[in-house]
Amino acid sequence: MDQLQNYLFIAAALFSLGLFAVITRRNAVAVLMGVELILNSANVNFLAFSRFGGMNFNGHVFALFVIIMAAAEAAVALAIIINLYNNYQSINVDEASQLKR
Amino acid sequence: MNIFIEYSLFIFFLPLAAFLINIFFGKRLPRHGDWVSIGAVLFTLALSMAMFAGMLFSYDPDFRVESSFTWINLGDFNIQLGFLVDNITITMLLVVALISSMSHIFSIKYMEGDPLYSRYYAYLSLFTFSMNGIVLSNNLMLLYMSWELVGLSSYLLIGFWFAKKSAADAGMKAFLTNRVGDIGFFIGIMLLFTAVGSVVYSDIFTSVADGNLAGTLLTMAGIGLFIGAMGKSSQFPLHIWLPDAMEGPTPVSALMHAATMVAAGVFMMVRMFPIMTPDALVFVAYIGGFTALFASTIAITQNDIKKVLAYSTVSQLGFMIMSVGTGAYVAAFFHLVTHAAFKANLFYGSGSVIHAMHHALHKKNDHETDPQDMRNMGGFKSRMPTTYRAMLVSTLAIAGVPFFSGFLSKDAILSGSLSFANHHPEHFLLPIFGFSAALLTAFYMFRLIYMTFHNQPQMPELIGEIHESPKEMTFPLVLLATLSFFIFYTLPYFNPFSDHGWFTYVIEAKTSLVHGAPSAHAIAEGIHHSHLSAMIISVLVAGLGILLAWQMYLKKKLSAERYANKFSTLHRLSLNKFYIDELYARFIYTPVLKLADKIAFLDWDLYDKYVVDGFGKFTEWFSDLIGKMDYDGLDQGIVDGAGRSVHRLGDILRNLQTGRLQNYILFALFGVILIVIVQTMV
Repeated sequence: MDQLQNYLFIAAALFSLGLFAVITRRNAVAVLMGVELILNSANVNFLAFSRFGGMNFNGHVFALFVIIMAAAEAAVALAIIINLYNNYQSINVDEASQLKR
Repeated sequence: MNIFIEYSLFIFFLPLAAFLINIFFGKRLPRHGDWVSIGAVLFTLALSMAMFAGMLFSYDPDFRVESSFTWINLGDFNIQLGFLVDNITITMLLVVALISSMSHIFSIKYMEGDPLYSRYYAYLSLFTFSMNGIVLSNNLMLLYMSWELVGLSSYLLIGFWFAKKSAADAGMKAFLTNRVGDIGFFIGIMLLFTAVGSVVYSDIFTSVADGNLAGTLLTMAGIGLFIGAMGKSSQFPLHIWLPDAMEGPTPVSALMHAATMVAAGVFMMVRMFPIMTPDALVFVAYIGGFTALFASTIAITQNDIKKVLAYSTVSQLGFMIMSVGTGAYVAAFFHLVTHAAFKANLFYGSGSVIHAMHHALHKKNDHETDPQDMRNMGGFKSRMPTTYRAMLVSTLAIAGVPFFSGFLSKDAILSGSLSFANHHPEHFLLPIFGFSAALLTAFYMFRLIYMTFHNQPQMPELIGEIHESPKEMTFPLVLLATLSFFIFYTLPYFNPFSDHGWFTYVIEAKTSLVHGAPSAHAIAEGIHHSHLSAMIISVLVAGLGILLAWQMYLKKKLSAERYANKFSTLHRLSLNKFYIDELYARFIYTPVLKLADKIAFLDWDLYDKYVVDGFGKFTEWFSDLIGKMDYDGLDQGIVDGAGRSVHRLGDILRNLQTGRLQNYILFALFGVILIVIVQTMV
């Protein structure tokens, strides 16, 4: 089990699940969750490469930065979602299609 | 440059300058610019007199100065323009300048108050300029140009009162009739030019003298030139314009009849005499002789004072032309000079009478009576003594009474015709024409004098208002009447019957250059031989004419009416000018107009309607077709098609832009997958 491949498979699975969530979910919060999954799949990749690929602590540092950035991103995204709700009385992303008209 | 040529340049160009100044600025100048024209013409008179004095001083029959420059040079086609100054030129220049000056001075009062006063003087200057061109020219080209300018200025002056329809028509008639003659003239010039290759007189004369140009061609050329002279000098059958030309102001008539217009034809014949073949000359003589008699038979019945004078001019010109035809061309030129003085004087006299009549009628508020009709005159003798005396002197001169100038020149002409008939008995008609015309001349001129100045006044209510004309008008009368005495032409001899004088010495007859023509000496001999008999007959016929007029119109012993009734057909013919105008109208104008109508039908209704309009219609149809191809095919199909296809493509593509965020992410994913697939395949 102690192999790079396994980690990469898990990361790929996480990424795919995240992407799936981003594409299919109508709820904006769920979309945000999908984005978190994608970020975390990247974190898994960083840590896997840090262990097996010779990135040493660089990978850990990157993972830490990503987590911090994800927190910030969540704050911004939630603010956007609140604005969305204020304008449309809904957080369904499909309703925010004003540019089309 | 020779002093004579220098003077000629001034004489030539001064009137032109006066014309240009007056036509453009005349109205704005003080006195409407008459002093410009008068000054110019008086200056030319002074120069002409200086040249004349120079000629008399040298007293050389062979005097001759020539100067020319090349005007057009196109290889073989070479036209020279230039001046030829010889004794004929100088004498003629003096005549033109003198009569023209008199007309200018006479017009000051005669044309006073005319709204187009400055233009009148401009035209007079143009007239003088053109005539000087004819006189000075040493070649046919400058002669022809001036010839046409004379025609133009006569048109402008005859039709000067163009508001009057008859005046405008008369101007047009003069111009058109002259055109007919000018065509012949131009043909003559072209014949000579093609044969000789030059238009300069001396070249043509040399060519004729060398025998390069002879026979029928030369005869035709001579007749061509003569046809031009027939137009200008109003010889039968082209005489019709001259009587109508009386519509112009009287000083213009004087100028035209004495020195400028009609003199041009005779002058040209005198210049061209050396190349006239005997055949051409016979034609010339008959036309001239017939015209002399024909016109005088019309003059005897006319009642308009100016019409009588007009026909008398035609008749006198006939004399001159006949004289050229009989070879006595110096006599013709002599008569031209003497005639210029007394005929101008007669016209000024008639102008003075008309002026007086006009003012008298104006005072009486009578605008119906014709001021030119002699039947309204009579008894003016005591009212206008200066005019009467001057006119009487000129009448004696034109009638050919001894001691007056006309006697000398007419005698020379009649001797010429008599001698010609002696040598060629088959031409016996010529002296008969001449002497009968001389008889009639004396008759109608004295008829004019008696009807105008003698007898009881026909309109007694007017006679109190008739006054002598002002000095500007009587001065030319006195001067020209003086010049009608014999003495000015016979000096240095004092014999009034002499056929010698400075004139016949300075202007010496030159032998014709045509081979086979009689020599000048032979002609002079012939004239000398018939001199005495001609003189006796001419004095007799003049006396007879005067006697008849005296009996008929002064003593009333012979009733003019009775003779008129007796020969009613002849009288009617003469009174109506032999219906020449009517004949022209019937046999020339009407058929020509009809023909023109026919041709107009061809042109308008056939050619224009079908060919020209058809072409237009075809073009319209064709452009419609092209328009359709362009608009419907190119614009609609290709240009609009490009726009339309872009529009349709956009319509399709805009469906991709769903506005749904997740669709875009899906497309991006597909894009990434596509890139990956493509990359792995490559």
